[in-house]
Amino acid sequence: MNRFAELLDRLAYEPGRNNKLRLITNYFRVVEDPDRGYALAALTGALSFKHAKPGLIRDLIAERTDPTLFALSYDYVGDLSETVALMWPKATQSPPSPACGGGEESARHQSRLHNNPPPPTLSEVVTTLRTLGKTGMPQQLSRWLDDLDETGRWALLKLVTGAMRIGISARLAKTAAAALGGKDAHEVELIWPGLTPPYLDLFAWLEGRGEKPVNLDPAPFRPVMLAHAIEDTDFANLNPADYIAEWKWDGIRVQASSGRDAEGHVVTRLYSRSGEDITKSFPDLLPSLHLQDFLDSKLDDSRKPLHTFRHQASFAIDGELLVVREGRVQSFNVLQQRLNRKAVSPKLLKEYPIHLRAYDLLDDGEIDLRDLTFAERRERLTVFVARLDDPRVDLSPMIAFDSWETLAAARRDPASAGAGEDSGAVEGVMLKRRDALYLPGRPKGQWWKWKRDPHVIDAVLMYAQRGHGKRSSYYSDYTFGVWTGTEDDAQLVPVGKAYFGFTDEELLQIDRFVRRNTTEKFGPVREVVHEPDQGLVLEVAFEGLQRSSRHKSGVAMRFPRISRLRWDKPPREADRLETLEQLLKDPALSEASESGSD
Amino acid sequence: MRPQDILTPQPAGLCCKVGGFHIDPVRPVERAVITHGHSDHARAGHGAVLATRETLDMMRLRYGDNFARSTQAIAYGEELRLGDVTVKFHPAGHVLGSAQIAVTCENTRVVASGDYKDAPDPTCAPFEVVPCDVFITEATFGLPVFRHGDAADQVKKLLASVTLFPERAHLVGAYSLGKAQRVIALLRAAGYDAPIYLHGAMEKITNYYQSRGIDLGEVRPVKGMKKADLAGTVTLAPPSATSDVWTRRFPDPVTAFASGWMRVRARARQGGVELPLVISDHADWDGLTATIRATGAGEIWVTHGEGDALVHWCKTQGLAARPLALVGYGDEDSGEDETADEGGDA
Repeated sequence: MNRFAELLDRLAYEPGRNNKLRLITNYFRVVEDPDRGYALAALTGALSFKHAKPGLIRDLIAERTDPTLFALSYDYVGDLSETVALMWPKATQSPPSPACGGGEESARHQSRLHNNPPPPTLSEVVTTLRTLGKTGMPQQLSRWLDDLDETGRWALLKLVTGAMRIGISARLAKTAAAALGGKDAHEVELIWPGLTPPYLDLFAWLEGRGEKPVNLDPAPFRPVMLAHAIEDTDFANLNPADYIAEWKWDGIRVQASSGRDAEGHVVTRLYSRSGEDITKSFPDLLPSLHLQDFLDSKLDDSRKPLHTFRHQASFAIDGELLVVREGRVQSFNVLQQRLNRKAVSPKLLKEYPIHLRAYDLLDDGEIDLRDLTFAERRERLTVFVARLDDPRVDLSPMIAFDSWETLAAARRDPASAGAGEDSGAVEGVMLKRRDALYLPGRPKGQWWKWKRDPHVIDAVLMYAQRGHGKRSSYYSDYTFGVWTGTEDDAQLVPVGKAYFGFTDEELLQIDRFVRRNTTEKFGPVREVVHEPDQGLVLEVAFEGLQRSSRHKSGVAMRFPRISRLRWDKPPREADRLETLEQLLKDPALSEASESGSD
Repeated sequence: MRPQDILTPQPAGLCCKVGGFHIDPVRPVERAVITHGHSDHARAGHGAVLATRETLDMMRLRYGDNFARSTQAIAYGEELRLGDVTVKFHPAGHVLGSAQIAVTCENTRVVASGDYKDAPDPTCAPFEVVPCDVFITEATFGLPVFRHGDAADQVKKLLASVTLFPERAHLVGAYSLGKAQRVIALLRAAGYDAPIYLHGAMEKITNYYQSRGIDLGEVRPVKGMKKADLAGTVTLAPPSATSDVWTRRFPDPVTAFASGWMRVRARARQGGVELPLVISDHADWDGLTATIRATGAGEIWVTHGEGDALVHWCKTQGLAARPLALVGYGDEDSGEDETADEGGDA
């Protein structure tokens, strides 16, 4: 448990992705089975315990500490788990006397004189938490809290409450595990759904001691293929005839995977592009993916699944998740209402009907299609979607073009080039080589994304904050604002925050400007001069705009970044809030009424 | 004599009227008795100054030879008659030369402990419990969430990180006087024998520690080093320098910070610290409460820090306790901030 606690502790402070990976991989290297497997499970969110709850922890600490001292401490620390971890009284031989902060001195001597029992291992903790009933839980937890040090207690409480909040995604943890055996994260992702904690077979394979685990999952995730952003200079080397173009839909990339398990039951899952199972969030899409009618009619004759049809429940579609209302694709802002929901209410299902726009087929039940060319896969996809014959699943249309100029025109004006009323959900075009195999990751020259030009405004730098890691000494997070109010009484109102888009050289320039023009400091934040004639104008590019009650300005930008430094422009000439409000009315840019209502 | 007539809190600091002096005055006074060399306790501009030799030397290093009209050095255990009281210095275990000051008048003894810690520290004399009637204590870490643990474990954590990231530089923020030297000594005790690099603001005081016979191994100024050569090294710097432009001379630095405040995550994260090291020169909660009990004092006065909780605790133990609300003393890390500016470009 102590080593796991050390890992969590270190990860909680480490801002850099590569350094996080190294910390985790190093942990997997030095820690043995099954502890490391349970750590991987904890980091990937694969653990949950029914009877261990935060309320229990509150009760435990109340029994052991002076309420005034606890209140003062909690007030200072600001986090329940951490306060409890820090002020948990050291174990004494006599039972703890309630309402007493004392006893420390004797505990101190005791801990120096006697060997404490060894702290529990992570495996011990996990297996016990899984199996222990409700009544035994308080006593067990307090025993552990007695045996562990501060960091150990903190980690235990994180584990118990299930709220790690240390900035580690499941994907990152899997990547770190893969690195142990010099493997690619995709490979681990591929077999992941068939694995269970503590992943003995996975580690055996990664360390070259065992066979690669077989994914017995009937509906596995297949690592996705990604596109490169195209640059103007790339077109010179590309032949339009080699490519198929589609709209780039502003939704969520998903993979719908289906198959039959050993008992012959159909299993269907939706995965995010990183392989996270998101099926539960979109129950309304599942019936559309079951090939139900087709199979049922065949089953009626034989009353049991015929071997010859078994394969036909198996498929994997790559596509975009969208909200479609009355045949019209809604913007990303609308789709957002369906994301990251714990519970999916009937109202939500009704008001935000989900839709799958298919653009690739990786498996059609007969063979793994990933070794075919895109043109061939696309043909099979067309047949497949027709066979599904469901209004909630359709084919991502192709854009007809014969030259880059025609395609550029389509990209500028999707509405007239075939996207019609759906153009608001188009964020550019995709180019896919006709002969491209389906390769996981981001292979060069196969798929390109060509986004629509972003919207830009001129805003004034108002506050700056230091960044992390390599940028730790630099002011690299910028809050910017636009003008509001009458001309005589114009004021800047913050409209967003950006921390990338600039070059290293520009970062140095802004950093210097911030240091020399600070008007006030609030902890790590500096207020920077922002007067009509004094200040720095930033050209900010962004993808979308949304009404927001959380921001003083009433608007929130999507994906804002610094596109240019306008040293030439006096702040008084920066944009006004009205400009943004005007943009809000542009249907291509926002869905103001919907997103503001929730 | 009543204790409050022996020592009385005044705007200038704790005043001993019957002895004719102030302890750690924050404003210029005629006669000052000083507990230790940190700048918030040891200020320039007093008439006469009584302190340990080390404290006087440190004041001279910082303020120059004319920091006071006259000085007198006193050793631990030495007794001195001042007016109607006797004054005796005892080790406080805080930094080199730090002292608790016992002031005795007739049969009443008041101990002003200044800043102190009961944890072991190879760079200064260990804290000594002085039985007394009134114990005046700091409360910098006066909340039960502050338990510093073993400093050696924290240094192990630092060294593990150095091993894990050999291509990065490790930058350890530490109070220039005392903390930095203690961290160096702890690194040596853990078997780290490579040269340790220093921010310019720390050189003088570190050299002084060495001149007093404290073995710190090879320390070098970081100034003039090539960036690439700093990979895999450890450098100590004043806390404020670790988030300054100064850090750009290091290859992808890991920012560590040695302070008792590092026990609280939010506090560490606000400061952009990646590797918090809980190493403090102040007593933690257990240390404060154990010391208070050990002195046998029936009355406790709490000077600076988180006084509320400690006063509350004293009362639950049946001890008379009150906050003195003295102003002008910093917490563990803010007192020495000016050094960073001095050496900002060093």
